[in-house]
Amino acid sequence: MSAATAPHAAQAQILATLAAHFGDGVFSISRFRGNLRLFVPKSRLVELLTALKQQCGCTYLAELGAADYLGYPGRTRNRFEVHYVLRNFDTGGSVIVKAGVDDPDPSLPSAYPLWPGADWMEREVFDMYGIRFEGHPDLRRILMPDEFTAFPLRKDYPLRGRGERHNFPKLTRAES
Amino acid sequence: MAMNPPTSPAFGQRAGSDLIITPSGQPEVPENVFLTTMDSVVSWCRKYSLWPMPFATACCGIELMAVGASRFDIARFGAEVMRFSPRQCDLMIVAGRVAMKMMPVLQRIWLQMPEPKWCISMGACASTGGIFDTYAVVQGVDRFIPVDVYIPGCPPRPEQILRAIMDIQEKVQKGGTTFGNEGLPELRARERYMIAQRDTAPGAGIADERGDEARFGYRIPGGPGRLGLEETR
Ligand code: SF4
Repeated sequence: MSAATAPHAAQAQILATLAAHFGDGVFSISRFRGNLRLFVPKSRLVELLTALKQQCGCTYLAELGAADYLGYPGRTRNRFEVHYVLRNFDTGGSVIVKAGVDDPDPSLPSAYPLWPGADWMEREVFDMYGIRFEGHPDLRRILMPDEFTAFPLRKDYPLRGRGERHNFPKLTRAES
Repeated sequence: MAMNPPTSPAFGQRAGSDLIITPSGQPEVPENVFLTTMDSVVSWCRKYSLWPMPFATACCGIELMAVGASRFDIARFGAEVMRFSPRQCDLMIVAGRVAMKMMPVLQRIWLQMPEPKWCISMGACASTGGIFDTYAVVQGVDRFIPVDVYIPGCPPRPEQILRAIMDIQEKVQKGGTTFGNEGLPELRARERYMIAQRDTAPGAGIADERGDEARFGYRIPGGPGRLGLEETR
């Protein structure tokens, strides 16, 4: 197995294992520049992630993030998409799992029970997009201050905010 | 204030030390005696022993470090004692952008500094928000704390910081009193402006500073098209 073909072979191996486990109809596949992407509905997300971790050897959650596709040209799927980048260290294979969620009150099951490293990544997604992760032990804001109420990376949030940045008392020299 | 002539032999035996200078129509002033005001002497002492509080939050802070190092040597101006406790400082140097999460911290540190105190807003970001016109960055610390001297630049050259220290020194000498620094007319005008600003409706005060996009011919993604008055305050 040469280095160039190794990831592809590893992906094929992952797909074969998944096909044996799930059969058809659970997820759909697309490829882009060598990336293998699995789109999965929210109800089967944990099942798929568990199978990937335990049966396909994807033990490492490299990244967890989200995107808001509001107003994206040609978009037909859900508004938000949360992606999980998984790696298999033995074969070098990697796979991206994507799950869509919609307004109002977007929520997904947490990946924390599978990968404790998802803790802060899910908090960040929650902070920026307002997607709640059910079962997360401590779902607080991580970057913005606690009293912040908006979700700033949503596309319908204005770049300059809604005045939060100027919502402070003004100190004058006489008072300080 | 009068200073007695030194009593060491080298000075005491100088022939001229008993000379009395009497300008016409003025009180007699012996040689080696200076008359001045208490305020002026106190300000003179203060201006050569400014203790800066380096509130360095971003890249400007690196330039501030260069000013403290040997090449530019802020010690030549008596301001080298950078203290990291605000209670020991009288010159705050806000160097870098201040995020909205940091603003309460900045205000608290400002309040913790003992009077009299001065503030330098260093760099484009601290003074105006710079290129970071986003929801998370405060568009100028002078909206929320009093600022005496602004330094333009991104980052400013160390010479500019030295210049700002010299300006502060001048300000201290001119406007300082023994009990505070309310003396300077610009400061009092600034105070009145701040107090007037406080009661304007949210958004009204600075709305005319916004909407520069059309003037400069660029558009910020997701920006002004959706902004109303309420959102720009
Ligand atoms: S003014 Fe320039 S150098 Fe200073 S903090 Fe802002 S970006 Fe950095």
